[in-house]
Amino acid sequence: MLQSRGARTRRIALIGLSGALALSVTACAESQRDAGSDNAGTFIFGAAGNPKMFDPIFNDEGETFRITRQMYDTLLQNKPGTAEVVGSLAEKWEPSNEGKTWTFTLRKGVTFHDGTPFNAAAVCFNFDRWFNMKGQAAQSQMIYYGDVFEGFAANEGDAAGDPVYKSCEAKDDSTAVLNLNKAKGAFPAAFTLPSLSMSSPEALKKYNADQVTQTGDSFSYSDYANLHPTGTGPFKFEGYDQGKGEITLVRNDSHWEKAKLDKLIFKVIKDENGRKQALKTGDIQGFDYPAPADYQLLRNEGQNVLIRPSFNVLYLGINQSGNPKLQDVKVRQALAHGINRDQFVKSKLAEGSEVATEFVPKAIAGYTEDVPKYAYDPEKAKQLLKEAGAEGLSLKFYYPTEITRPYMPNPADTFTSISEDLKAIGINIEPIAKPWNGGYKDDVQKLGKHDLHLLGWTGDYNDTGNFIGTFFGREKPEFGFKNDALFQALSAADATPDEGQRAQAYQGVNKQIMEYLPAVPIAYPTPALVVGPKVQGMVPSPLTDERFNTVSLG
Amino acid sequence: MLRFIVRRLLQAIPTLLILSILVFAWLRALPGGPAGALLGDKATPEKIAELNQILGLDQPIFIQYFKFLGRVLTGDFGSSLISTQPVLSEIAFALPATMELSIAALLLAVGLGIPLGYVAARFRGGFLDNATIMATLVGVAVPVFFLGYLLQFVFAEKLGMFPVGGRQDTLIGATDVTGFAVLDGILTQEWDASWDAIVHLVLPAAALATIPLAVIVRITRASVLDVMNEDFIRTAQSKGLAGPTIRRRHVLRNALLPVATTIGLQTGLLLGGAVLTERVFNLNGIGSLLAEGIERRDYPRLQALILLGAVVYVLVNMLVDISYGIIDPRVRVR
Repeated sequence: MLQSRGARTRRIALIGLSGALALSVTACAESQRDAGSDNAGTFIFGAAGNPKMFDPIFNDEGETFRITRQMYDTLLQNKPGTAEVVGSLAEKWEPSNEGKTWTFTLRKGVTFHDGTPFNAAAVCFNFDRWFNMKGQAAQSQMIYYGDVFEGFAANEGDAAGDPVYKSCEAKDDSTAVLNLNKAKGAFPAAFTLPSLSMSSPEALKKYNADQVTQTGDSFSYSDYANLHPTGTGPFKFEGYDQGKGEITLVRNDSHWEKAKLDKLIFKVIKDENGRKQALKTGDIQGFDYPAPADYQLLRNEGQNVLIRPSFNVLYLGINQSGNPKLQDVKVRQALAHGINRDQFVKSKLAEGSEVATEFVPKAIAGYTEDVPKYAYDPEKAKQLLKEAGAEGLSLKFYYPTEITRPYMPNPADTFTSISEDLKAIGINIEPIAKPWNGGYKDDVQKLGKHDLHLLGWTGDYNDTGNFIGTFFGREKPEFGFKNDALFQALSAADATPDEGQRAQAYQGVNKQIMEYLPAVPIAYPTPALVVGPKVQGMVPSPLTDERFNTVSLG
Repeated sequence: MLRFIVRRLLQAIPTLLILSILVFAWLRALPGGPAGALLGDKATPEKIAELNQILGLDQPIFIQYFKFLGRVLTGDFGSSLISTQPVLSEIAFALPATMELSIAALLLAVGLGIPLGYVAARFRGGFLDNATIMATLVGVAVPVFFLGYLLQFVFAEKLGMFPVGGRQDTLIGATDVTGFAVLDGILTQEWDASWDAIVHLVLPAAALATIPLAVIVRITRASVLDVMNEDFIRTAQSKGLAGPTIRRRHVLRNALLPVATTIGLQTGLLLGGAVLTERVFNLNGIGSLLAEGIERRDYPRLQALILLGAVVYVLVNMLVDISYGIIDPRVRVR
C-alpha cells in the first residue's frame, strides 16, 4: 500500500511538472484505488466525531460506544440485528428471589487483552468498582450506571436515591451472583448496556481507572481510559492518533468469535459531505447516519445502505401548564387527528420509517396494537376544538436548530410539515426556533416555556420503561401534567419481576397513555449506515450495536 | 529593538485581560451551558443542576471568572467537554495541521502574489495586467468553502489527481515525531510519508491561499505603481542608474512596505479561512476544533482558542512592526 501510494504521488509530481494533465492522471488515480484493496484485512470506518475516552462506565455517547463495543464484552448482549437479549460473557443467567438475585454462568477460557483471566471474581470486581466509585466528579459521569442502579455506596450527588445494587458473590470461577435491593424491570436487558462492559481488574488498578478529576468546567480521565482500555472484546486497542483523528484496533486472536478483520480503524471526518466523498474514493469503507436524501445517490454508486430496524420514537410534545386549553383531552385529541402523519412519514422520513401509534417502537416487549389510534381527520379535529371551546387557539411551537437526531433528521422540515397541518385545522402557530444546546433543551425540558415541541428518544436497551418511564414517569416541565394513576401504573410495571407479566403491565400503561394523550407520537424513524460494495457481514442493529467482528472485505 | 519588543509585549497584557473578560462573559451569557453539553442527549434538568453545582457554575460570575483567570495563569485551560482531553493538549495536536496549512497557503500567496503584482505593474495596461486584475477580482469574491468544494470536485473526485481530504493516507504508517507530517517524513527519511503529506496539502492550501493571493497581487501592483511615480525614481533614472538596479534597489524595496502590512493582516485572517478549509478537507486542525467547539458549546475549548487567537494576532502584528524596521530603517529611528 505504501509503495503504491508513493508511486502514485511521484507520478502526480511528474505530470505536474511536465504540464500534461488530466487524462493520464485520472487513470493513475483509478489504479491507486484498486491498489487500496490489497490491504484486505483493514477496515476503515468514518466517524462523525472524536471519541470521549475509552472507559465505558464514564461514557454516554454513541461515537465512543461504537469503538468500545469492539473492545469490550458485556455479560449479555443483543442478538445481532435485533433487540433480543442473548448471552455473551455469561452463557446463562437466572433471576430468583423475585428478580432481586441474578445468577450468571460465565463463559470459560476467556481472557482479558492483558492476558489475565476473566472469571466471577472479575465480574464482582467490576460491579463493586462501579458501586463504590468515589468523588462527585466520577459519580456524575456514570450516567447510565446512575440511571439503572439509582445510586452508589456513598452517594455524593443530590439526585441519587437508594441504590439498587447490594452485593456480588463469586460462587466459583464461573458463577457470579448479583444481589439487588429491589427488582427492576430494566433487567436483564440493562446488562447489555455498553457502559456495563467488563474491564480487566488488573488493568483498572494498574492505570488508576477511578481517577476522574475536575479540571475547570470539565473532567479529565485516567491513563486507563485514555491509553490502556482493556476488555475481552474481539478487537484490542492499539492507539489513538489525535493529530490525524484515527483510532486503531487490532484483532484479538483469542476471542471466541474471532474477528475476520486484522485491523479496524475509526477515522474521524466531521463533515458529512467529507464522509461521503471519502467513501466514494475508497478512503473509508463505511460511515454512520447518511442523510436519507442521499440513500439513492449512494446506492447508484454501488454502496450498500443498511437500514436499521427502528428503535426510537419522534413525538410532538404538549405542555399542559403552558396553556390551560391543552389540559382538555379533546384539544390534545384534535392535535392528534389534525396531523397527517402518513403523509409526513412518506414524504419526509427515510424508507422503512413508520407512523407511531404509541411511545415505544415495535421491537419492544411492551408494544401493543391494542391502543386508541388517532387517524388523520381534519374535520373531526376542528369539531373537537369547537367542542372544547378552543377555536382560534394560539400555541407557541418550539423546534430545535443546529442538530439532527436519528429520530429527527431534519427538525425544520418536521416543524414545517406539522405546523402546516395544525394551521389547517384553525390553530395559530407561533414558531420558536432555538439551538439545541443553546436554549432549546433548557426552555423545553427545564423551564417549560413552550406549548408544543418536537423531541424524541432512542432506546438504550430493550425495556419499555426506558421509553415511557423516562417521558411520563413523573411530573416534568416538559409535559406539565400530574397524573398519579399513570405515574403509579408505570412504577408498578417497572417493579414487576416476571418478564411476561411485566410486558403485559406495560401494554396496559401504553393503552392508558394513548387514552390520556400527554403528547402525540409521530413516527418510528429508521436510521441507516452505509458501507462500501466490498464490505460483507455488517449487520445493522436497532440499538446501533453493530459488531465489526463479523465484517470482512470481499 | 529589544526594548521595542518588550514594550509591545507589555502593551498586550491589558488587551488580553479585557479580551478574557469579554470572552468569559460572552460564553456565560449564551443559553445552554457546559453541564448540558457534558451530559449529552439524555441530560435531565436535575442532572444538569447537580453538575452545575459540582462544577461551581452556580456561583456568582465574578467568582467564576477569577477562578478561571487563576487557572489560566497557571497554564490550566481545563479539558474539552467533547473529547475530555486537556484543551492545551488538543491544541498541541491540532496546531501542526493548521500551521502546515497556513504556511503552505502563505508561501503560495506570497510566492506568487508579489511577482505577479510586480509584473502586472511593470506591464501596466497590457494583457497580463488586465488578466491579473480580472483574476484577482474573482479570487477575492469566491468564498473559500465554495472554492474548496470546487477544487475537491474537479481535482480529487473527477480527475483523481489529489486526495479528497485528510492530512495523510490512513495506511501509510508514518512515524510521528513533531506532529508536522511533512517535517516528520523528512526527519525520519520516510520520503513517501512526507510526499504524501505534501500532496494532501495542495488543494486545501490552494483554496485557502486564493484570497490572500489576490489581495497581495493587488496591493503589490498598486504599491509598485505608486513608487514608480515617485521623484526619487526619476532622480535615479536621471542619474543613469540601470533599470534592473532601480527596480531591485529602489522600487521593490520601497513598494514592499505596504505589502508587508498586508501579509501580516492576511496571516491573521488566515485562521478564519482555515476554519472552513479544514472542515471541507477534513484536516483536524485549530479551525476544525473551533468549528466543533462552537457547534457543541465546548466552553473550555472556545475560551482557550479565542485567547490563543488573540495572542497569535498580537505576535503577528509585532512581527509586522519588526519587519518594517528591517525593510525601512527609518521606522527603527522613530
